Amino acid sequence: MRDTPSRRVLFQVGAVVLALLVTTVVLIAAKAPPLAAFANIVQGAFGSWDVTSNVLVAWVPLLLVTSGLLLTFTVGLWNIGIEGQIILGGIFATWALRVYGSSGMSPTVVLILAFVAGMVGGSLWAMLAGALKTFGGVNEIFGGLGLNFVATALNIWLIFGPWKRPGVASMSGTLPFDQRLWMPTVTPQSMLSVPTVIIAVAAIAIVYLMIQGTYFGLRLKAVGKNAKAAYILGIPTWQHMMASFALCGLFAGVAGAVQVTAVYHRLIPSISSGYGYLGLMVAMLINYKAAFAAPVALFFAALNVGSIQLPIVLRLDSSLAGVLQGTLVLFVLLGHGVRQRVLKKPQVVS
Amino acid sequence: MLVELRDIDKTFGKVRANAAISLRIPPASIQGVLGENGAGKSTLMKILSGFYTPDSGEILLDGKAVQIHSPADAIRHGIGMLHQDPLDFPPMKILDDFILGRQGGLFPNHRAASREFRELAGQFGFALDPEAYVDSLTVGERQQLEILRLLWLGARVLIFDEPTTGISLPQKVKLFDTLKKLAAEGMTILFVSHKLEDVESLCTSAAVLRQGELVGAAEPPFDTRLLVEMMFGKELPLAPKKTAVPGGKILSVKSVSIEGVRLQIRGVDLDVRSGEVIGLAGMEGSGQSLFLGACAGLTQPVGGSFCLDEDERDMTGRSHLEFKKRGVAYLPAARLEQGLVPGLTLTEHFVLSEGLGGLFVDRKKAEALAKERISTFNIKGTPESVVEALSGGNQQRALLALMRPRLTLILVEHPTRGLDIESTIYIWSKLKERCEQGTAIVFISSDLDEILQYSDRVLVFFAGQVSPPLRAESLSVERLGALIGGKDWENLPKEAVNA
Ligand SMILES: Nc1ncnc2c1ncn2[C@@H]1O[C@H](COP(=O)(O)OP(=O)(O)OP(=O)(O)O)[C@@H](O)[C@H]1O
Ligand SMILES: [Mg+2]
Repeated sequence: MRDTPSRRVLFQVGAVVLALLVTTVVLIAAKAPPLAAFANIVQGAFGSWDVTSNVLVAWVPLLLVTSGLLLTFTVGLWNIGIEGQIILGGIFATWALRVYGSSGMSPTVVLILAFVAGMVGGSLWAMLAGALKTFGGVNEIFGGLGLNFVATALNIWLIFGPWKRPGVASMSGTLPFDQRLWMPTVTPQSMLSVPTVIIAVAAIAIVYLMIQGTYFGLRLKAVGKNAKAAYILGIPTWQHMMASFALCGLFAGVAGAVQVTAVYHRLIPSISSGYGYLGLMVAMLINYKAAFAAPVALFFAALNVGSIQLPIVLRLDSSLAGVLQGTLVLFVLLGHGVRQRVLKKPQVVS
Repeated sequence: MLVELRDIDKTFGKVRANAAISLRIPPASIQGVLGENGAGKSTLMKILSGFYTPDSGEILLDGKAVQIHSPADAIRHGIGMLHQDPLDFPPMKILDDFILGRQGGLFPNHRAASREFRELAGQFGFALDPEAYVDSLTVGERQQLEILRLLWLGARVLIFDEPTTGISLPQKVKLFDTLKKLAAEGMTILFVSHKLEDVESLCTSAAVLRQGELVGAAEPPFDTRLLVEMMFGKELPLAPKKTAVPGGKILSVKSVSIEGVRLQIRGVDLDVRSGEVIGLAGMEGSGQSLFLGACAGLTQPVGGSFCLDEDERDMTGRSHLEFKKRGVAYLPAARLEQGLVPGLTLTEHFVLSEGLGGLFVDRKKAEALAKERISTFNIKGTPESVVEALSGGNQQRALLALMRPRLTLILVEHPTRGLDIESTIYIWSKLKERCEQGTAIVFISSDLDEILQYSDRVLVFFAGQVSPPLRAESLSVERLGALIGGKDWENLPKEAVNA
């Protein structure tokens, strides 16, 4: 069999069907009605404008993080430290709001400062992972994992120490900011903020253009595919790795700032909400192709939000979404491997 | 074993790599396979050894039709292949590599395997230590190991795809002895090569492919002119040797010492002048690659200095990128590991190597650039071809086509490795054109004829020892062959021409 685009689609669809099957089996094993569960998820994600707007709220940080990760994947790096970079973005944004919030500047300026601070925070944390790799020879996966723990600890320390609520520190985070410093939302009760949606869409568009059309993107690709040859072709290798770390951290930092300014309006212990790891899954699922990032991220966000109701309605754990997401990624990767074995791909010729 | 190929067909996209090829190879013979780059030689060999399945056609072994679906299948039928570029060897012990691929048994019997290895190696006079590590072997020794392994697995048919590119004369002599011995024992051998003299001295018959078709066959005594005509459809005159008039200083190497993994180079002095061609001769792994890499700033010397240009700018300790900025190009031998980026297209390669500025890639300009280079260097491929889909010779052309227009110094390993005769002549004419514009060239080759034909001066390397520069006219192939084998070094310094 030959490898054609239509066969490729066939394999993707097959993977999705298999993932649904496995999840169904899991549901039956848990003595739950599978159809009702799936229907509930759809209902929970798109049943009303309220829940759909919540899907978009989850979509924004997920898309931001995925955009950043596409750059590090392009240059051949596994930026596991993305979680920590989101956290640092949140911390820096909170810091900016605390410092400038009561300075009398207009709220818009303060919010912009908070976003810039978030970018700087995420970027610095990512460059730390990059420096560990380039100058310390620490694999970015291990370095990133370590830095994630440090970031979490730092966050908890701030919430329970210097930035604790007056009186008693609490797991529910720092004291909420003044309402003036909240990102404008579509309705007062909603967490959906249109400017953040615009930022996220702009982010993925920029990344798409960068990889598809710019010299920088082409150089990243070359380094990712063969660093040694890229260097001999005249591309400064480690500088490009560093740059992609910095950019990825920047996007993660924005995600952190969004969480702080638009969603929670304070710094909370789980500020990254696992979007970093989820973003890694999205990036793998779309085989690192920026064009598919937005819809797949939306799908993942819908699964997350849609399964929130499961415990109440069906007495199921909401981690069902995670099961579905995980099996989906596994089957798509598996489908990829099988495709390469079954369909004859031109091999290296001599 | 009698091998018969009947009406073998193989198409890649629009390219018909093999078109109705039929070939009959009796046991105890050495079949030469000739043809220009991209003629379909490797494809045919890969079909026989199970890497590709033919679109149609039959393979018969001793008269029985067989289906070969994988290399493991092939070896089960007694067919083994040595590849054009020796595959990447992991840092394993020789014995472990040797045992690898043998079926059956959970725990390999090391003692028995070791004994059999020694016996087999002894038969052919190979001096391989089963306890040594594979990555310490030269290309020639890796071939020996691979031959032993295939024989041990029961191969009765051995396929060699350009086995002499990259090995030096003494190693080649040894390889040919082995092949003749194997044929005498009844093995069937297929031997793909671009070197007519190799085919002439070794093969019992020769087949010529052109554009996927079998266009001719010949028996010894071979007529060289006829073979060339069959391969290219015309005669090929060799350009007369031109010696350059050296100009200003380009590179000064001053008592440079380099430490490699397995050898050290001490106190090399060399001045390269504009328009000059310097050949570096030596057996694979004698230090010439190390030296060339150091001239490009890829390895840092432990002593001495490198200076560039007339003004003797000291470049010692600078990175390769800084050498590159001053017009130094480095073309490595490991094409797909160091020179090209698998997965990227030809256009993308040219765009990258030109180092164009600006934010967005100008697609039109990029495509025009690619088209121009592809036609200048005669690459069989399109701007959108990914480099790994090119034939070996075309990958080499792509590598050469990556050189920027204005260069002061070209450092190149095996510039014509895997190129057919016509392309070899053509590529050297391109390189010599550069020399006329004032570029200097330092190149490594394992082909002594190439060294003598194209260089003005020669440095000989032997186990890290480096001769003073010798004038190419003062050398003969025999003399150079002795020198790279470590003989005759006593008389050297006297006749050395001072740089
Ligand atoms: N996997 C592949 N995908 C696409 N085209 C291929 C593939 N393998 C070979 N070809 C094409 O088939 C033709 C024959 O290639 P092949 O490698 O057999 O040539 P060759 O005679 O070995 O050449 P060389 O002397 O350069 O090694 C070439 O035009 C090549 O581009
Ligand atoms: Mg070939």
